[in-house]
Amino acid sequence: MSVITPTPGRTVRPSRPARTSRRAGTGGLAAALLSPTLLVLGLVIGYPVVAALRLSFQVSSEGIDPSTGFVATTTHYGTGNYAAVFSDDRLLRPWWNTTSFALASVTLEVLIGVCMALVMHRAFRGRAFVRAAVLVPWAIPTAISGILWKWIFNSQGVANSLLDTQVLWSSDGFHAWLAVVIADTWKTAPFVGLLVLAGLQIIPGELYEAARVDGASAWRAFWRITLPLVRPALVVAVLFRLLDVLRMFDLPYILVGPRKHSVETLSMSAFNEMTNLRFGSAAAYATVLFVYIAVVALAFVKLFGADLLGRGTRSEP
Amino acid sequence: MCASVLAGCGDSGSSDSKGGPEKSNDRGPITLASGKDTTGTLQAQLDRWNKQHPDEKVTLVELPESADQQRQQFIQNAQTKSDAYSVLNLDPIWVAEFAANQWIDELPANEFPLDKMIPAVVKTGNYFGKQYAVPFNTNAGLLFYRSDLLDKTGAKPPTTWAEMKETCAKVQKPPEGKDIGCYAGQFDKYEGLTVNFSEAVASAGGEVVDAKGKATVDTEAAKKGLQFLVDGFKDGTIPKQAATYQEEDGRRAFQSGKLLFHRQWPYQWALAGAKDGSSKVAGKFGVAPLPGLTGPGRSSLGGLDLAISKFAKNKATALDFIKFFSNEANARTNLKVNSAAPPYADLYDDPALRKQFPYLATLKESLATATPRPVVVRYGDATAAIQESAAAAMSGSQPVDAALADMQKNLSAAIAEK
Repeated sequence: MSVITPTPGRTVRPSRPARTSRRAGTGGLAAALLSPTLLVLGLVIGYPVVAALRLSFQVSSEGIDPSTGFVATTTHYGTGNYAAVFSDDRLLRPWWNTTSFALASVTLEVLIGVCMALVMHRAFRGRAFVRAAVLVPWAIPTAISGILWKWIFNSQGVANSLLDTQVLWSSDGFHAWLAVVIADTWKTAPFVGLLVLAGLQIIPGELYEAARVDGASAWRAFWRITLPLVRPALVVAVLFRLLDVLRMFDLPYILVGPRKHSVETLSMSAFNEMTNLRFGSAAAYATVLFVYIAVVALAFVKLFGADLLGRGTRSEP
Repeated sequence: MCASVLAGCGDSGSSDSKGGPEKSNDRGPITLASGKDTTGTLQAQLDRWNKQHPDEKVTLVELPESADQQRQQFIQNAQTKSDAYSVLNLDPIWVAEFAANQWIDELPANEFPLDKMIPAVVKTGNYFGKQYAVPFNTNAGLLFYRSDLLDKTGAKPPTTWAEMKETCAKVQKPPEGKDIGCYAGQFDKYEGLTVNFSEAVASAGGEVVDAKGKATVDTEAAKKGLQFLVDGFKDGTIPKQAATYQEEDGRRAFQSGKLLFHRQWPYQWALAGAKDGSSKVAGKFGVAPLPGLTGPGRSSLGGLDLAISKFAKNKATALDFIKFFSNEANARTNLKVNSAAPPYADLYDDPALRKQFPYLATLKESLATATPRPVVVRYGDATAAIQESAAAAMSGSQPVDAALADMQKNLSAAIAEK
């Protein structure tokens, strides 16, 4: 298949002059055809990002008029919001929560997701049922699953009675952090599983036959054939999950609650500032989070070469 | 549409700095913005008004059920100066914020029967000595107790914390009483904790924020209040699980017979008394005012207040409507139909109502000494500061003195604003 061995036909290109002369015309047409999309993207993505950036430099100070009790607000531009965000542990704690959530739950999700995919890939009776069943957690809206897990982790809930413990999951502490990781893994491991399954399905069976003929063990076949070939799909899945977890908000907010130190993420910090009408400071948090996610995503793409632009899978040496 | 409205509003807004909606002569259709009507009874009341005032119809705008989301909608509406909401049904803790930001108009206090209402409840609509909102209904905490277990030991409902602990010890002494927890309230880190902490401080004779608007949680009384909660967790008076209790968690514990005393809002009366088997304590409980340090304690206030948006049209109609909506007849209906506690004092003495709601006498006592939650413009920051330190002290991660010192510092910062 083309994935591994490019067919000779692919390397044959049309003669150069014909292509360049056509390119000018089609380029203009392409730009014209794309312009509505670019305009919409600029409006719904570009503008908000720039506006938020501008807002994050807008420092407001409020005072109360001692005679009427009315609020008087003055606004100026400066870096005060960022100074406040980077002072004491207001940033560090949610940053660490966000990061540790990402590391822990993505690792678990990849391990469990790959296992799920391997199971779903086997031919057995009821395979369709298993595939559909595995997808159920992914199909449940996060807010709803947050409520479900909140019940499970209630002090008088199922988790405690099954484990025969009296852990107060929703009180602040490591257990609250763990509860969020468990709920997030439950919900999104199927997503990883599904993407990996799609990757598995394009691996030709002949490769395994050849490996068997060569006397490779199942374990060796997994490491040398399955994993390398499923890697592009897996990398995309992990990247999506990373981006998703880094902006996590709903699960900890609903499952444990706002302003609980052990589960407060950067998004929750931004939200908290916004609900208290400090929009500048909220925008500063959001910008920090934006930059952080961008850096992580970039580093990830550079390290693992996720193929996001659809250039086709490169064959690995 | 908005622009023309804004122009009109701007005019009246600038001219009414001395006078509120009573100066307005604008009449016409208005809206009532209120949290989701879970009782399904609001529309019937609006229909009665609409029938009598065909040219000044009121439309109900239902907002989300969650208080935080309601506040957000109200604020967004105010920040865009939209006239979509005329009359606002506000949680009392927002009144200061809305008044200070000039999002609501001052109301003509003398045109409302405020003297017939319970004074503490009227105060919830007050900011800087002016009435910005009038009570629609109110709420106060009660001490639910297991009358069957108290009778067995011959104990009376406690009026002090020490008495409560004594009674618990007596009930828990026999082997069958081992599993019952003594006391719980709402101690999860959310608004309920602010309510319960403020009650503990008030019940010890202190104040969270004094009349001048200064934070006063560094006082001896505040210390004794918090100490009661912290000791409760330490010595087992308050079961450990209660650290995660919101209203419904505590209700489940009380209804399944796991609690002897429970600080709760009156709504628990009907549910705990249900005879369909959902409650194991039906017919076995009573209510009393909250206990305190040296005598009866003081509850925090809940409820809802009505106010008029600064940016509303037809303010004369809005004012008339609030007078109608908050009148005694409607308050009586609301009590009867959905057991909402009325702000009017004499309804609590009505024999027919007392028969239907036996807890009314106790609730009146509780309301008489109740205190509004701290009046702070930046209430969100204030309640966060309270919850932060109270939770730290109750979980044992911070000593009481240090927690209160932190709370005093953060609360003062929230009040001072920057």
